[in-house]
Amino acid sequence: MLDLIWLIPLLPLIGFLINGLARNVIAKNVAAFVGCGVILFSFIISCLVFNDVYDARQLGEPASFTIPIFDWFKAGSLEVSLSFLVDPLSSVMLLIVTGIGFLIHVYSVGYMKSDEGFNKFFSYLNLFIFFMLLLVLGSNYLVMFIGWEGVGLCSYLLIGFWYKNSSYASAGKKAFVMNRIGDLSFLIAVFLMFFSFGTIEFDGVFSQAAGSMAGDTTLVLISLLLFIAATGKSAQIPLFTWLPDAMAGPTPVSALIHAATMVTAGVYMIARSNIIFTLSPVIMDLVAIIGLATALIAAAIALTQNDIKKVLAYSTVSQLGYMFLALGVGAFTGALFHVITHAFFKALLFLGAGSVIHAMSGEQDMRSMGGLSKKLPITFLTMLVGTIAISGIPPFSGFFSKDEILAHAFVENKLLWVGGLLAAFFTAYYMFRLLFLTFSGKFRGTLDQEKHLHESPGSMTIPLIVLAVLSVVGGFLNVPAALGGSASLAGFLAPVFAESTALAAPFHLDHSTEFMLMAASVIAAISMAVVAYIRFVKNTQLPAINQQRSFLSNLSYHKFYVDEIYDYLIVKPLNALSVFFYRIIDKNGIDALVNGVGKGINESGKGIRLLQSGNVGFYIFLMVLGAVALLLYGIYTV
Amino acid sequence: MFESIQSVPLNHYILFCSLIFSIGVIGVLIRRNVIVIMMSIELMLNSVNLLLVVFSVFHGDASGQVFVFFVMALAAAEVAVGLAIIMMVYRNTRSIDIDILNKLRW
Repeated sequence: MLDLIWLIPLLPLIGFLINGLARNVIAKNVAAFVGCGVILFSFIISCLVFNDVYDARQLGEPASFTIPIFDWFKAGSLEVSLSFLVDPLSSVMLLIVTGIGFLIHVYSVGYMKSDEGFNKFFSYLNLFIFFMLLLVLGSNYLVMFIGWEGVGLCSYLLIGFWYKNSSYASAGKKAFVMNRIGDLSFLIAVFLMFFSFGTIEFDGVFSQAAGSMAGDTTLVLISLLLFIAATGKSAQIPLFTWLPDAMAGPTPVSALIHAATMVTAGVYMIARSNIIFTLSPVIMDLVAIIGLATALIAAAIALTQNDIKKVLAYSTVSQLGYMFLALGVGAFTGALFHVITHAFFKALLFLGAGSVIHAMSGEQDMRSMGGLSKKLPITFLTMLVGTIAISGIPPFSGFFSKDEILAHAFVENKLLWVGGLLAAFFTAYYMFRLLFLTFSGKFRGTLDQEKHLHESPGSMTIPLIVLAVLSVVGGFLNVPAALGGSASLAGFLAPVFAESTALAAPFHLDHSTEFMLMAASVIAAISMAVVAYIRFVKNTQLPAINQQRSFLSNLSYHKFYVDEIYDYLIVKPLNALSVFFYRIIDKNGIDALVNGVGKGINESGKGIRLLQSGNVGFYIFLMVLGAVALLLYGIYTV
Repeated sequence: MFESIQSVPLNHYILFCSLIFSIGVIGVLIRRNVIVIMMSIELMLNSVNLLLVVFSVFHGDASGQVFVFFVMALAAAEVAVGLAIIMMVYRNTRSIDIDILNKLRW
């Protein structure tokens, strides 16, 4: 099936072209059919490709295939080809992107049914899938970069999909600008790689990097730049503020781009470049610290938010922080495992939230919801599954992946584990708070909204059910040995991380300690669920509009004032600097120079033209003078 | 014939030609009659022709003299064109004073 690999990204591109070019001509159901169909086909081919890779792995081969498509360009010693790398890592990512992507496409058919930009929406979604597949499949950093930029572009287009609302449009702009900061750093990293290794192919870079000493300056620099790029795309400190604002887009977009696929690109990229990072221990520590800090801060903010999508957005940032924590402590498989399970349950939660918002006719404030479990039973049950999964209650998927990360963090540094556990406490609390505020108690919205309440159509509930099933069973991909599993995902991915594993200290944790850690995180999840139950179901402590808040709660409610701090530290000074440059440098400097040249020529022209008197004798006289001057010059210089 | 040319020192020829050339230049500069200016230009051309011939003889290279023939042919053509222009100027302005022709200016 590897011969057909080029079809996987090509099909979404064709879908984009059809839906994009003929968006004013074709009917909505045609656009939906094309949009979903191409992704379904991509998914089927991805499954077959995965099957090939899986078979090769069963035979004990590394199962890494580079498939050249065509030579792109040559410049000096740089030869770039568009070629695809199929190995365990990219084949797993293929399944996530096309599989979850397909479910969300199907969901969008129902969710966007009455939107006038329906066809445009599907063309953007297809374009996004195309770029994401390019990012995942590329066998060199440049192809990856195209995908990297492309998904950023699609993210911008989709966040600002309802561009007539200016705050939505500026949210798109914010996401784009923040991503660009990271993209620049990615680009510099690629240049640096070419400068020091002479190639940007994964094979060449990694084999040369593997020969370097640990802590090599070039590698540290490259890994730092790549990490900055990842903080932009994967919404880590300090570039995470765009993701909560990105909730301005339609909910399927939040599920597809800002939960399941694009934001995990940074994790994928670091996992792909694992050898460069393993050889830069300083940066690995930085990744772990930033990841943990992001996990904690975002989770703390999520505790008090009232917008259902904002809670999920901060939850996503927090879970991405977990993934970076995993990468930082060298648990690359753990990070990938969390990417997979998170894709399941976070896509589920977002789509569930979308179903709620759909039923509430666009209302997103949880204070106006409540008691929806009777009206939306399927949405309630699937979101319950998602909440249990993300909180880390066994045997749902989140438990296994989160626990693997926490176990690795524990071995690396006890403090990291404590921080991770604290974030797990927060996670369980804010998720159950969301669930109880939305689904239990009495309905608090307007009468109109109450009359309109209804379960979503089948095209929306079926993806929810599929994702709920995946969220339940997803964890069994990689059951740790302590629980009698065989860690099959780790075994499957082993060749991708082989060199890093060989360099790192062997992971060792005896089973009794591992059980203790699991017990701690399960207790964290359940206790917080109980606390949330007591507060929001028993006591119904509803967050009021003008609630008196304690200092910490206030800090969390206002998102630690991060946006304000950025505004004060970066945006305002930058703005002032721009005004200065405009008023002083541009107006008085550059403009004056340019205008001065023009004026000078004008004035001197006015003076010199008087010489042209029309008197031929005078001209000849000047000519003779010139000839004599030339003659004298010739004589004196020889 | 070459001997008779070479019997006069080269410096004399150069001085003589420079003198004629300068007379031509001064004639062009100070006279206002177009015909006289044309004649002065001829003077300049011929002084240069003479110099070419002399150098050619002193170098023992005939190409300088061949060149002179071309210059003479061109000079004849130039005079023909020049006189034609003067004719037209005279018909239009009833004058051959060069200072009248000062319309082409700012």
